[in-house]
Amino acid sequence: MKKLLIGNAAVARGLYEGGCSFISSYPGTPSTEITEVFAKNDDVYCEWAPNEKVAMEAAFGACLNGTRSACCMKHVGLNVAADPLFTMSYTGVNAGMVICVADDPGMHSSQNEQDSRHYAIAAKIPMLEPSDSQESLDYAKLAYEISENFDTPVILKMCTRVAHSQSIVEIGERNKVSKEYEKNGAKYIMMPGNAIKRHPFVEQRTNALIEYAEKSGINRIEPGDNTHDIGIITSSTSYQYVKEVFGDTVSVLKLGMVNPLPVDMIKEFAKSVNSLFVIEELDPIIETHCKNIGVNVTGKDIFSILGEFSQKTIAKAFGFDDKYNISLDTNIPVRPPMMCAGCPHRGMYYVLAKNKLTVLGDIGCYTLGAQPPLNALDMTLCMGASVSGIHGFNKAGGEESENKTVCVIGDSTFMHSGVTGLINIAYNGSNSTVIILDNSITGMTGHQQNPTTGYNIKGDPAGKVDLESLCKSIGINSVRVVDPYNLEECENAVKEELAKNEPSVIISRRPCVLLKYVKPKKPLRVNTDKCRGCKKCMKFGCPAISFKDKHAQIDNTLCIGCGVCKQLCAFNAFESEV
Amino acid sequence: MKTTNVMIVGVGGQGSLLASKLLGTLLVENGYDVKVSEVHGMSQRGGSVVTYVRFGSRVYSPVIEDGEADFIVSFEKIEAARYLNKLSKNGTIIVNTQQIDPMPVIIGAASYPENVIEEMKSKGVNVDDIDAMTLAIEAGSAKACNIVLMGRLAKYFDISKELWLEAIEKCVKPQFVEMNKKAFELGYNFDK
Repeated sequence: MKKLLIGNAAVARGLYEGGCSFISSYPGTPSTEITEVFAKNDDVYCEWAPNEKVAMEAAFGACLNGTRSACCMKHVGLNVAADPLFTMSYTGVNAGMVICVADDPGMHSSQNEQDSRHYAIAAKIPMLEPSDSQESLDYAKLAYEISENFDTPVILKMCTRVAHSQSIVEIGERNKVSKEYEKNGAKYIMMPGNAIKRHPFVEQRTNALIEYAEKSGINRIEPGDNTHDIGIITSSTSYQYVKEVFGDTVSVLKLGMVNPLPVDMIKEFAKSVNSLFVIEELDPIIETHCKNIGVNVTGKDIFSILGEFSQKTIAKAFGFDDKYNISLDTNIPVRPPMMCAGCPHRGMYYVLAKNKLTVLGDIGCYTLGAQPPLNALDMTLCMGASVSGIHGFNKAGGEESENKTVCVIGDSTFMHSGVTGLINIAYNGSNSTVIILDNSITGMTGHQQNPTTGYNIKGDPAGKVDLESLCKSIGINSVRVVDPYNLEECENAVKEELAKNEPSVIISRRPCVLLKYVKPKKPLRVNTDKCRGCKKCMKFGCPAISFKDKHAQIDNTLCIGCGVCKQLCAFNAFESEV
Repeated sequence: MKTTNVMIVGVGGQGSLLASKLLGTLLVENGYDVKVSEVHGMSQRGGSVVTYVRFGSRVYSPVIEDGEADFIVSFEKIEAARYLNKLSKNGTIIVNTQQIDPMPVIIGAASYPENVIEEMKSKGVNVDDIDAMTLAIEAGSAKACNIVLMGRLAKYFDISKELWLEAIEKCVKPQFVEMNKKAFELGYNFDK
């Protein structure tokens, strides 16, 4: 059966067909849909873990006990899971295990542009890299064979364009596999005496995998028709751009396995062409390999290390970008993403910005509070860094910092890696004020459940972390809950907690307005007789409020009647519809 | 067979996902090789959103570059202008005349360019402007703007209207099929 699927859905199907029965993941764009789609199968187990390290270790446990497993994450998630990754290379697997990681060249929804291929090289783990949805399915399935045949976890590397582009795939049958667990300390207990014997195994395995890379067909040469006497080595979405530009007029070495890379195959390919190019997004991994084995190639001399490629990138580099291009003289204002009308984060941010506080931020929708008009953030680094960071910031700055600095972190991010930072605050005693923006969902990645919501990935009732008790048991005595739709309550709480001579947590709690169970109230309207056009409400950055003909006006298709603007207006110009 | 390139552009929340799903379903059913590409993640948060749909006998790249789009379907007025550089020389741009202020306009840091349609026309661009919102409301829901615009696009395609209507049946929830079919017809039959 043929279907149009995004790469991530094709990976989910490939894992399923490959016999995967266990997935544990943490959501992260552009990887999230793999797990969401896989969870729709009734005959498998699937979960959201609190973070990627937990997910990878859970998947390892499942494979140890004989079930083919997987874990999925975005590129920066692999940093969190790097600890188990490196040693799982030594233990190998029992049943097969696949690690799906999605890079984000161009940073559509990420804080950096790191290249995950470095991890495969550093951890000495094979990495497959599909270039469209059919390959995403095929490689996910193949990954289990490689995993079990070579006794290694396998990384399936996606990128935004492959993960989120739909192309046609042929759906196949599921191959259900399971193994018995057998105690084997020498393989699975990685203490020095055992690990030292596993390291030579890892090196031998790499040699065997190079042999596989040469001969298995996962890497293939597509001879050109000799119109251009050049050869191009490429993989992933860059392969599609090469074919788009050159069709069959050049010879292409298309790599499906990017670690370890073949040696003889590349040397042979180099001999068959007049000049050789490597086209790869981000870092020069293939290029460096070619140079290391004595093959002369052109790569990053003409292609950027930065951002995504396209057919235009390639045409331009080869000097035949002659496409028609028209634009207007009028300047078109930018349209950045923003917090939604009625977003519960906005009220708290307004209070923080109004009081000119230093705000250490974190990863999620609430990073959008950095943008005008709120400009409420000072720092965003990585998951959990707001809570760990404020401790160091306040220790360095003393009382002066403690009185005017807060950090903000979402409920899911707090579960992911904020808790350990809070333990440090309590243990090593900084008078830090931590604000948990609890919107009762993992928002930015599109509404995934997490340990604070009380529901699991299937939407069934599940264990629920009580944030107040958790913070108290860590040793934070001052824990309070506020409603971010109540500006006065928020402002009082922030001022009082900042003034206290002890660490504190403010839980700013209101569910995301996009959640289905959140019923919007009637939109407000502006009484133009009362509105003086002072624009105070414009400082709040609500997309439902704009300014026309000397008055504020409300877009009633966007307004959900949260009423926060009412609290800002000194002239009571915002009224509820009757 | 030359690959045909269609871009769907608009503002997060306007329903471009359903429009591209409809188009993708239709094209696969009609035997084309198809690639659809969009970037998720920020799409619900009022940002500018772009979907690329490419079809033909063999499609490689999932993206559309400068000067390559045969059609741009814009769900909002200035989004049409934002992506004009993607339009091919004889391409057509279908524009919903709806205005949605971006944040810099809302906070007064920029003004909304009012005359982009006239400016495009003055530069010789084939512009098919349509008040899809009014037609969508006539069909039964403001949310059906996306299908009104797909109806408009269908006029330029060599695929029969009946096949489009069948694709609608496959892509929308049963209770919304009739309303969306009406929206499609209103876009298709719109006469200036």
